[in-house]
Amino acid sequence: MSSQAAGSSSGGSGDGGAPRRNSRKPKYSKFTQQELPACKPILTPKWVISVFVLVGIIFVPIGVVSLMASKKVVEIVDRYDDACVPDNTTDKLAYIQNSTIPKTCTRTLKVPKDMKSPIFVYYQLDNFYQNHRRYVKSRSDKQLRDASKANDTSTCDPESTINGVAIVPCGLIAWSTFNDTYVLAHNSKNLTVDKKDISWKSDREHKFGSDVFPKNFQKGSLIGGKALDPNKSLSEQEDLIVWMRTAALPTFRKLYGRIHVNLTENDTITVTLENNYNTYSFGGKKKLVLSTSTWLGGKNDFLGLAYLSVGGLCFFLAFAFTLLYLIKPRNLGDNNYLSWNRSPAGR
Amino acid sequence: MRPERQSPPPREATTGELEAMDVPVKLPDPVPSPISRQSPSVGLSMSRSLRSVGDAPSITFAADIRSGTRAESNASSSFESFRRAGSRPGAVARLPSRRSASERAGSQRDLRDEDARFVYINDAARTNAPPAKFPDNAVRTTKYSILTFIPRNLYEQFHRVAYVYFLILAALNQVPQLGVFSPVASVLPLAFVLGVTAVKDAYEDWRRHRSDENENNRTASVFVNGVFQPKRWKEIQVGELVRVVANETLPCDMVLVATSDPTGVAYVQTINLDGESNLKTRYAKKETMSTPTEALAGLKNTAWAIGVAVYTGRDTKVMLNSSGAPSKRSRLETHMNRETIVLAVVLVLLCSLVSLLAGIWLHNHDDELGVIPFFRKKDFSDPNKVENYNWYGTGAQVVFTFMMAVIQFQVMIPIALFISMELVRVGQAYFMVQDKHLFDDKRQAKFQCRALNINEDLGQIKYVFSDKTGTLTENRMEFRCASVHGGDFSETDGGEEDGHAVTADGVVLRPKTAVKTDPKLMALLKDGTGAKADAAREFFLTLVTCNTIVPIIADDEADPAAKLVEYQGESPDEQALVYAAAAYGYTLVERTSGHTIVDVFGNRQRFDVLGLHDFDSDRKRMSVIIGCPDKTVKLFVKGADNSMLGIIDKTMNTDVVHATEKHLHSYSSLGLRTLVIGTRELSQAEFEEWQMAYDKASTALLGRGGLLRGVAADIERNLRFLGASGIEDKLQDGVPEAIEKLRQSGIKVWVLTGDKQETAISIGYSCKLLTREMTQIVINSNSMESCRKGIDDAIAVVNKLRSLSTDSPRVPLALIIDGNSLVYIFDTDQEDKFFPTSSAISLFTKFFINMKTSIFPGANDVSMIQMADVGIGISGQEGRQAVMASDFAMGQFRFLVPLLLVHGHWNYQRMGYMILYNFYRNATFVFVLFWYVLYTGFTLTTAITEWSSVLYSVIYTAVPTIIVAILDKDLGRRTLLKYPQLYGAGQREESYNLRLFIFIMTDSIWQSLTIFFIPYLAYRKSTIDGASLGDLWTLSVVILVNIHLAMDVIRWNWITHTAIWGSIIATLICVMIIDSIPILPGFWAIYKVMGTRLFWALLLAVIVVGMIPHFAAKAIREHFIPNDIQIAREMENSRDSGDALI
Repeated sequence: MSSQAAGSSSGGSGDGGAPRRNSRKPKYSKFTQQELPACKPILTPKWVISVFVLVGIIFVPIGVVSLMASKKVVEIVDRYDDACVPDNTTDKLAYIQNSTIPKTCTRTLKVPKDMKSPIFVYYQLDNFYQNHRRYVKSRSDKQLRDASKANDTSTCDPESTINGVAIVPCGLIAWSTFNDTYVLAHNSKNLTVDKKDISWKSDREHKFGSDVFPKNFQKGSLIGGKALDPNKSLSEQEDLIVWMRTAALPTFRKLYGRIHVNLTENDTITVTLENNYNTYSFGGKKKLVLSTSTWLGGKNDFLGLAYLSVGGLCFFLAFAFTLLYLIKPRNLGDNNYLSWNRSPAGR
Repeated sequence: MRPERQSPPPREATTGELEAMDVPVKLPDPVPSPISRQSPSVGLSMSRSLRSVGDAPSITFAADIRSGTRAESNASSSFESFRRAGSRPGAVARLPSRRSASERAGSQRDLRDEDARFVYINDAARTNAPPAKFPDNAVRTTKYSILTFIPRNLYEQFHRVAYVYFLILAALNQVPQLGVFSPVASVLPLAFVLGVTAVKDAYEDWRRHRSDENENNRTASVFVNGVFQPKRWKEIQVGELVRVVANETLPCDMVLVATSDPTGVAYVQTINLDGESNLKTRYAKKETMSTPTEALAGLKNTAWAIGVAVYTGRDTKVMLNSSGAPSKRSRLETHMNRETIVLAVVLVLLCSLVSLLAGIWLHNHDDELGVIPFFRKKDFSDPNKVENYNWYGTGAQVVFTFMMAVIQFQVMIPIALFISMELVRVGQAYFMVQDKHLFDDKRQAKFQCRALNINEDLGQIKYVFSDKTGTLTENRMEFRCASVHGGDFSETDGGEEDGHAVTADGVVLRPKTAVKTDPKLMALLKDGTGAKADAAREFFLTLVTCNTIVPIIADDEADPAAKLVEYQGESPDEQALVYAAAAYGYTLVERTSGHTIVDVFGNRQRFDVLGLHDFDSDRKRMSVIIGCPDKTVKLFVKGADNSMLGIIDKTMNTDVVHATEKHLHSYSSLGLRTLVIGTRELSQAEFEEWQMAYDKASTALLGRGGLLRGVAADIERNLRFLGASGIEDKLQDGVPEAIEKLRQSGIKVWVLTGDKQETAISIGYSCKLLTREMTQIVINSNSMESCRKGIDDAIAVVNKLRSLSTDSPRVPLALIIDGNSLVYIFDTDQEDKFFPTSSAISLFTKFFINMKTSIFPGANDVSMIQMADVGIGISGQEGRQAVMASDFAMGQFRFLVPLLLVHGHWNYQRMGYMILYNFYRNATFVFVLFWYVLYTGFTLTTAITEWSSVLYSVIYTAVPTIIVAILDKDLGRRTLLKYPQLYGAGQREESYNLRLFIFIMTDSIWQSLTIFFIPYLAYRKSTIDGASLGDLWTLSVVILVNIHLAMDVIRWNWITHTAIWGSIIATLICVMIIDSIPILPGFWAIYKVMGTRLFWALLLAVIVVGMIPHFAAKAIREHFIPNDIQIAREMENSRDSGDALI
């Protein structure tokens, strides 16, 4: 479509009058002649081998360090969704949905190794698609932030209003906030779980309004999860804030709290938990996780292994290329290799 | 563009100045009058000129006759239409296609009524009265106005199918059930590319608008209320009288009514129109006769001229000739379409897979969907009535999923590719135009890039078809040899080179171009007696009279006392002959329509031109009937040797004829153009008989051309042989070297010429088209059968040669074939044998040959250039038509070498890589999205924010690839010119082919896997939130594809560095900005995640693991299976370091 335009714009040079002639010759510059100083790297064998060796040298130590870090992490994982349902229950779904049955359950955990504080308490859900399209869309960030936008619930369906009145916080995510609770005891002494600052500071300060209070929340016929204290502003509802940072993957952990006590090997921890949250409807698992942390975060063997294997692979490639270059050497820039200089039998 | 011209109904006509008549008489067909009938009338006045029309109050003339053959323009053009000349950039273009070849070919077309136009001279009001709807003289070459810009520009842009596809997807996205992106985000990429293109178009249009303004506001002298007053061009109306003085350009197409010259002659230059710088003669009208509305550009050598405006504004020839450039498609783009279809298939497969899996998932979870928190089909907001929310059944859900998947993965078809290609071509064109190696110093002619969509084709040329005259040669003829009366006079070594100066009216006249003379011939002319000397004198008399050359006297800058005589004419051969005649003492001093004055060795003689039969391509000769000072009437004929030998009276002087034939043969073996000269004395009876026939023919209403040819053929017979001339058409500078380079680069060069075969072969040698090692295969056939046999023989010879030469499979061969045989070949299906790759990219430079039209419709150079894959015009001495029709135009043939070998190579290399890279980078992104979808319950969620996904292909990764595609050079100019064989890379399609596509797509899949799965495996069972992981993926993809590009960049200059690293930084900044918006769910994620060491560890791992295969493959390819380009690069590098050491 631009061809005509181009034709006429450049065609103009064809019929210029005499005065223009003097300026016609293109002015010389390194740019217009495409002769800007440039560096022309070439993958010489030396380069190839050094790059591989260098990557190996960088990767192997990182791998070792991260693997060591990961090994240092002590992690206690306890799956309780099955165990906390009485053995005689046939319909787990009916059990969990019946709010009249007390759901208290006690678990005993054994500390495998010394655990230094802070110890992070997580809950882990499996097979819970917090990244499901219907789910992630079902929230109203404006409403969470601004008290005056309480009625901004258009994106929250099917959990936007109840009896025509806007729900705050609306949407499936808020509605399904995790509501199991854990009370930890150590040697029959209560372990305080610090629930402060479990959410992102930025969320508390900018995303969840300090003047926004829950309204009409969990008033529907189907209770999805945690009920919120209507007298606490959203910015103080840290469990909600944590929950609303939707997980990227269908198996995820969320921070429940921290323990600021060191645990020693073979200590037993008694967990008294309220098994309220319904994962039975979709076969999800619930796990309680206690974990220490390192500079790399939680337990993560994969990273160390990945670095080690990549580093190893690079060393191998460096070796392989060295061998190849030795077996089949070639002089760089030898014009005998040009196709028209090669023997005709070659082609 | 051009309204139908209607024949106005008969009307009461009373025009003030003109004699009143009841009915405007429409005059019959245009009839040229013989020159002899022209009686020069001094001070032609309006009324007189009209009265002589035969009491017609209005005049009618041809509207649509195209500038015709020379026959017409010489045949006493009494009625002339001047043409608007513009120094306007937008005005040059090719002939509109609707002017078919046949229309142009018809030299003597009869006028149709509807083509006629009534013009009331000096009565603009009446002329323009309804129903005549003549446009005003304002020109508009702009495409758009402010109001129409948006709709028209959009309309034009949506001609591209891909944009319609993106538009449909954006529209689909607005359906609530299918909304993948927010409404703004979904239209953003499309709006962005449309916007960039629109800005580009608007800028170009604005430039056109500005030049239009300049043009329209120029002033011309117009006859208003009895005086000539300045009036702006745009206000000139049809019917007004316009006065033009010397060296002015004409504001519109005009009919000449009076000039300062007593004979009513005006000389005009049509350089703006067709590039011809020689002067053309136009006569003020005396009778109602119509001649072709010749397009005129500027008045020269005439003090003033008055014309009546007949075609104004958009009706002028300049405007009519400006129509769209050809839309050609590059080969690369055609191939690209194939890969685009592959990608579309992949896209459909991905979408089908997603929707299938989604269907299975929904089916398996059918019972639970109502209550599970992340689906919750049921809406409980009204406790009394529980409804389904956004649920239309599994089947519908699958369909929705499919459509949403298409929307989500739409960038698999790279939206930014098209705009990138356009921008890259603009950049490449800029560098081609700016290249000082493509600048013609002599003519001050810049390289012109007229077509913007086939730059990369320049790198894949396999055939070059070139015209000889004016393309390989200068088209500047030089008289070399004369054969007079059987004697060969070609020994010019001893001759003086000074042109023969003559004194006329006390002023020394010197021809502008000096010609070396043969002293023997000189002596013969001066002092010789006998038959030979007479023949020699008549020979030069023929040269000096039998032509249409006009002597133009100008001041000599070197010598103020002398005047320079410049011979202006339409044929360079004639110019050469007249200069030669001047050197031999026959100086043409003056030519009018009725007589010529020749200075014969200082003795002024007047020759009356009684009749003139112009050159035409059937007769291939030209003749004049001259009344000599001694009252004899002579016919002088000059023409091509085969046409002349037939009409020579061979009974006279058979020795002379034989000797001359021998000379002719030797001249053409030297590569000279030959002409044969003959004469005959006419008796009074013969002359009168001829004159009657001529008058009759020239006033005939129908078939005048044919009749005139008949008259000419009758009189041109039984000629007395005078001699022959040999004219050299010099090769342009550097042509042999250029052709040699082209041959070395594997391009097959065809030169097409109208010369004789001996001439052709000899020129072939001199321009190194033919070499001694070549086996020549000559095919000259007069019938289909012999032609077929010739071809079979040729193939047999080739096969035999191939089998004989064991050392090299390449046998140097040359094929010489004449026009007739070529016609037979194309008539039959033999053509495949000649053009084994019929789809190969061919390149026609100027093409001109007298071939039957069955080969190429409307065989002239313009259509050849349009037919070619790449048409290249040489903006030389000949017409500009070829340039206007071309895709590229340049000053010299030798520029073809840097154009193809350097720029073509670069363009192809760059464009090929850019297309592959664009496919790759978008596919990588789409695959990353796809892997994630598998972990979201197949619901097309993205962890990457929608803004990042729409910005990805237009901003995050677009700039570096454009910059690299404009600036990167795989090899330097020196290397490419030193090893022309490197051009083969383009011919073999080494930069873009299916293998490379599959290769890079495999890489794309691998990289998407590493980008997705390394973070996935690391973050499994962690607290990672979607936004953080999405940011990691965004950065990984952008960094990876940019490093991929960086690894393939060959030359790193600061611009490349800025583009690539800057684009990564820009991405980071964009991601940060997006994550600083509190109402987006991913608020602050990037800052948070960048604070963790795991993030950086993963980023590094992704980049390294992603690049290892590409790096290793590159290392292997470059070292163990290097292609020529790689070797040449290494040579270049070692040479550079060598230079540095020195």
